[in-house]
Amino acid sequence: MPDLEQATGGSGLQGHKKERFFMRFTRAQRYLHAVLFTTFLGLAATGLPMRFSESYWARKFASGVGGFGAIIFFHKLCAVVLTLAFMVHLKDVFTRGVVNREKGIFWGSNSMVANWKDVKDLFGHLRWFLGLGPKPHFGRFAYWEKFDYWAVFWGMIVIGFSGYAMWFAPFFARFLPGWALNAVLVIHSEEGLLAILFIFSIHFVNTHLRPDSFPMDMVIFTGVESEEGFKKKRPEEYSKLENEGKLAARISEEPATWLVNFTRVVGTIAILIGLVLLALTLSAYFRE
Amino acid sequence: MRAQTDCLSCHADQGLQDAAGHSVSVNGQKFASSLHGSLKCTECHTTIKEYPHPDTVTPVKCETCHADQAAGLAGSVHSNKADHPCTSCHGDAHSIFPKDDPRSAVYPLNVPRTCGACHGNDAMAKKNGLPNVYPMYIDSIHGFALSKEGLLVAANCQSCHGSHNILSHKDPASPTYKANVPKTCGTCHAGITADYMGGVHGTAIAAGNMKAPVCSDCHTAHAILQPTESEFRMQSTPICGSCHKDKLSTYRDTFHSQLGSLGGYVETARCWDCHGAHDVLPASDPRSPVNPANLVKTCGRCHAGANASFVQYQPHANAHNRKLNPALYFIRLFMNLLLAGTLTFFVIHTILWLIRSRYDQIKSRSAKGGKNA
Repeated sequence: MPDLEQATGGSGLQGHKKERFFMRFTRAQRYLHAVLFTTFLGLAATGLPMRFSESYWARKFASGVGGFGAIIFFHKLCAVVLTLAFMVHLKDVFTRGVVNREKGIFWGSNSMVANWKDVKDLFGHLRWFLGLGPKPHFGRFAYWEKFDYWAVFWGMIVIGFSGYAMWFAPFFARFLPGWALNAVLVIHSEEGLLAILFIFSIHFVNTHLRPDSFPMDMVIFTGVESEEGFKKKRPEEYSKLENEGKLAARISEEPATWLVNFTRVVGTIAILIGLVLLALTLSAYFRE
Repeated sequence: MRAQTDCLSCHADQGLQDAAGHSVSVNGQKFASSLHGSLKCTECHTTIKEYPHPDTVTPVKCETCHADQAAGLAGSVHSNKADHPCTSCHGDAHSIFPKDDPRSAVYPLNVPRTCGACHGNDAMAKKNGLPNVYPMYIDSIHGFALSKEGLLVAANCQSCHGSHNILSHKDPASPTYKANVPKTCGTCHAGITADYMGGVHGTAIAAGNMKAPVCSDCHTAHAILQPTESEFRMQSTPICGSCHKDKLSTYRDTFHSQLGSLGGYVETARCWDCHGAHDVLPASDPRSPVNPANLVKTCGRCHAGANASFVQYQPHANAHNRKLNPALYFIRLFMNLLLAGTLTFFVIHTILWLIRSRYDQIKSRSAKGGKNA
């Protein structure tokens, strides 16, 4: 069984001599995550007061920032930025997969698309939780990461579409039946609530707060993983690269200290904001 | 009968007191200019026949001349003479002026202050089980018109309550009795009252249904605000909702309510923006703004470009009512199941993961002699 305790220091920043680092996320992917979590926090912080408009904190917060007008302005601003980021991502996937015919985007061990191994990994993981089997060897993207990705993907379409339908209701009413205007608010608020609850509890814990990566997994901020961390977290991907002799191509520089410190502060603030919003959401939800 | 000058030869002395220490001094000049200035002292102080007069004299009886007013007062809430002598409202007996004289205590602009001497007193209000109405009134639209603009026609206390014959609002003869309120307000607001009497609420009141609201139920009695004021817009929806509970709860689920609750956006549709305020009519009535034939126009007042499909939107949709809103019901159900299902699975998944990770962490630490602990 692999050792787990080293993961906390596993970002390999404190003077491990000659430790090698491997690229895991490109600069564009890290920026995408940054835009995603910034706008998501903005959307959650301005969406929740609308969803729970009867609660005390919602009214206090709303009047504090300038009332509903300010709330909806920031909500729409974040929505537009996030939509643009989503478009950029779609274009990126399209260029890589369709125009450049890059292999493995839509299927295979490097793809975000779920495959049979993910199903086996899920059940293997559950067995490992219960002490009934060994820990699965995860590849480039583990099944819970794929779920995160597709949950956001589906959420973007559902929440985005329903949001724009409300924003431009008279326009959408030209081709949507009237009851759909009622439905979009229900869909928008319930799906938004699911996204908020999921990200601020499940994603936070699975990816950042669980003992192996507490307080956060820095890889999405720095883009690189230490050799030790890489081997342990993604044994399958590591051995595959090693066997194919492609490991060297992924070697990257050790992240700059300022970047690590800066993103650690930003990440901590983001997680704290998320946890506060989670607490407010739960308190308002169960009081309804 | 003696002339005033005879009495004033003693009573003009400002320090003159009776045996009990009460001032019995009279300002002759002021009295002469007052409403009763032409009267001789003994016409009111009838028991005094000659000088010297006895130390104690019987109180003046205003009702000797003012019989109608006295009769009204006797049947009113202020019938207790000891608590409410005429002077408690009309002021000093020797300086009473006509009610259209600004020096009068019952001049329209002075009435609220005069009544407020008692009805603006917390202790007095509490003792009599009455609200402390003076501060409410003085900050109301009527109070502002009166105190800030000096508007003589602005409603003061007696415009609604009357003066001598003030009755409890529980008395059917009172102008403030619920069924009489529209008529009372209609004394000034004739057009609004006519609208109101044509609407469902006015019709119900006229038919004796005392559950229907009158003017004061929505506007309050004393703290009346300008209806376009944001404070009134913010407080008004719960007022309608205090009777129309099911409509309030479904309104609460909509965007109109959500953005209306958060402040700074008072324009959002409140009940009467769609239903009308005074001439509320059932949606089946072709004159109602929420009649299907009028919806495009009504919704279009805020939503430029509203069309026939747009107005199919239901501002009171109930996502929990399968019969009324089946599509919405199943959409909500699906979303709720999706939410509950996803979270349930992942919460269990994550908790198990947490326990297992922690278990392994501790185990591997102790295996290494705790050096990494």
